Amino acid sequence: MLYREAGDFKTSYVEDAQTFPIAFDRWRYYAVLAVAFLVVPFFIDQYWEKAVFIPFFVFAIATMGLNILTGYCGQVSLGTGGFMAVGAYASYKLMTAFPDLNFFFVVILSGLITAMVGTLFGLPSLRIKGFYLAVATLAAQFFLVWLFNKVPWFYNYSATGQITAPERTVFGIPVTGPAVAPWASYLFCLVFVVLLAWLMRNLTRGTLGRQWMAIRDMDIAAEIIGVDPLRAKLTAFAVSSFFIGIAGALFFAVYLGAAEPTEAFSILQSFIVLFAVIIGGLGSIFGSFAGAAFMILMPVLLKNTLVGTLGWPTAIATHLEFVVVGGLIMVFLVVEPHGLAALWRLAKEKLRLWPFPY
Amino acid sequence: MRLTRIALAADAAATIAGPALAELVIPTLNYRTGPYAPSGIPYADGYSDYLTLVNERDGGVGGLPIREVECETGYNTQKGVECYEATKGEGSLIYIPQSTGITYQLIPKATEDEIPIHSIGYGRTSAHYGKVFPWVFNAPGTYWDAASVMVKHALEQSDGSLEGKSVTLVYHNSAYGKEPIRTLEELAEKHGYELTLLAVDHPGQEQKSQWLRIRRERPDFVFMWGWGVMNQVAVQEASNIRYPMENFIGVWWSGSEADVVPAGAGADGYKAVTWHSPGRDFPIYEHLEEHVHSKGLGAGDGSSIGSVLYNRGLFSAAVTTEAIRKAQEIHGVADITPPMMRDGMEALDITEARWAELGLPDFTSPIKLSCADHGAPGLAAVQQWDADAQRWSLITGFIEPDESVVDPLIEADALAYAEENGIEPRDCE
Repeated sequence: MLYREAGDFKTSYVEDAQTFPIAFDRWRYYAVLAVAFLVVPFFIDQYWEKAVFIPFFVFAIATMGLNILTGYCGQVSLGTGGFMAVGAYASYKLMTAFPDLNFFFVVILSGLITAMVGTLFGLPSLRIKGFYLAVATLAAQFFLVWLFNKVPWFYNYSATGQITAPERTVFGIPVTGPAVAPWASYLFCLVFVVLLAWLMRNLTRGTLGRQWMAIRDMDIAAEIIGVDPLRAKLTAFAVSSFFIGIAGALFFAVYLGAAEPTEAFSILQSFIVLFAVIIGGLGSIFGSFAGAAFMILMPVLLKNTLVGTLGWPTAIATHLEFVVVGGLIMVFLVVEPHGLAALWRLAKEKLRLWPFPY
Repeated sequence: MRLTRIALAADAAATIAGPALAELVIPTLNYRTGPYAPSGIPYADGYSDYLTLVNERDGGVGGLPIREVECETGYNTQKGVECYEATKGEGSLIYIPQSTGITYQLIPKATEDEIPIHSIGYGRTSAHYGKVFPWVFNAPGTYWDAASVMVKHALEQSDGSLEGKSVTLVYHNSAYGKEPIRTLEELAEKHGYELTLLAVDHPGQEQKSQWLRIRRERPDFVFMWGWGVMNQVAVQEASNIRYPMENFIGVWWSGSEADVVPAGAGADGYKAVTWHSPGRDFPIYEHLEEHVHSKGLGAGDGSSIGSVLYNRGLFSAAVTTEAIRKAQEIHGVADITPPMMRDGMEALDITEARWAELGLPDFTSPIKLSCADHGAPGLAAVQQWDADAQRWSLITGFIEPDESVVDPLIEADALAYAEENGIEPRDCE
């Protein structure tokens, strides 16, 4: 009875085009934001921060980034891990070169640097498509990781090639380094998640987003109606890499605190993000969150249930985790090939009709 | 968003735990899965079995039972973070990260949380310098000690001079594998050998091009810093190109049974440095049989008992329990805290007689740590694989590293870290 359009009159175009047309949805959205900003910071402890929220936020941003490229513009990319590495190393170089710079700007600048690198690696997309493009972006993954291993300048000539995030602050409050309060890093990442989701929503329903979708649906037709493929594809690569670069910077500086390229930014990260996009749902912001939650939080939940509650041996639990997560991926793809977002959409449609479906 | 919340609620229910009884909590960040499992399982079994033995035979340490909290990392740093956060709230006394990557990550965090780390023969080499790293220990030796001992052994094999010889380092392309490079370069200058570096990427199954190069250049010695599946592949490749195995020396993480058995007879003569004896001819194995294995309390499937890495697990558990004992002695309480544990580590003194009492006579060299020295004694012996008898045996005594080279490097690196992170080196008087 709550979930109704009836009685909620739209009297202007702005209202008509809003993201959540149903009042209940709108209030739910505000409630989630209010809880996230005003309630959680008071209760969060280090386990929830480091094992649950921060990895979820980081991968939600990365998934949104890849969703722009793959879900909205139809370009498959396997270079996510490499682009996250660019973000991480850019933030490291900026942090050590400008110790007094507000860390917020370090993250934004890292995103911009990654956007430039991403655009460069997006150039082949003008000539090649589909699987071939996936292979070309795979080259970016391997090349970038190799580069950060090979050139000592990137890791400030440290003996081991390991980069460690020094303590940096925002308005005098440390957000990186070992002495960070859980609420500080939580809020810092949350701000980025909300800002970027807002940016993505508004980009994808504007001119640019429509161009991307036109290219995705049929590039020749799009070109005929006047979409410039060069512009559309390269902006998709740039915006996507901007998101992924920010995710990489947060991943290294706020979440891990120290990283080495081969392990932290391996091809596995590219796969995790790509799977999150596919499971969450291509071309959906909610899907990005749902997919990231599935890929990142499900293993943590399984581990805590099997080992913590049921007291299973850790090795068996880990093996079972692979089986369960893999099995669930297949189940979801068979039951709903369009991902969790499509399930969510379906549920909402059913809710509108409930309790009198026709 | 909805999914997240369900996950979180379930998670909260799952993490409620924590009995009120006094116990000594030891977290173990094991990896029984993934590409490094062949190396991780025997160590984990040895460590757990020793703790079980202490609980069963002596009723714990100082009357308090030890509770082991196992956490699976898969050698993955992300999971390592999760494990650390999940276990530290339970009163964990000491962390043994079992991975150089995770060690690097935990050094600042554990220092902030005031929980000691014991990275046994791995991790950050300069943690040896206790004045800068009060919470980190890497006894009984560092990679730089190992590199120096390997060069000494090579010197011995080539009649005292490495002038004009060539040495190739095959290393795991990570913080772990890169650790010895600095020392080997320094030693190359001193002894006049030519050093070639060949990196192998994670996880290490693909080494064809590296060994092709070795086959072409035929270096006089090959040193290896490998781990997990990388070791097996390297030994196999070396035997394929018929490289003289007695000139192929691995670090202490590249010298277990799992590394050489797959290569069969080809692995015969392969060497590795180590800091403890291989084999099961020690009285402790009788105790283990009586109190642990015969009661079915052993960890794992029991197939790793007596292997090199199982012994290493016993070694590190013995160090942990001895440090607990020392801490209880110093502070006069049985229920110690992590800072007390650190004092116990710093005052650690396991003499030859004490090792014999523990059921491990002639197993390793005595260990004595101090405020300034967190990495003693730094001695290592060379062991060699006999493929016919299917066993490792020590072929040298414990060799001292070249301190004139290693110590200044450690001090320089530690002081650089101190400066970078604004740490005032403490006074160890």
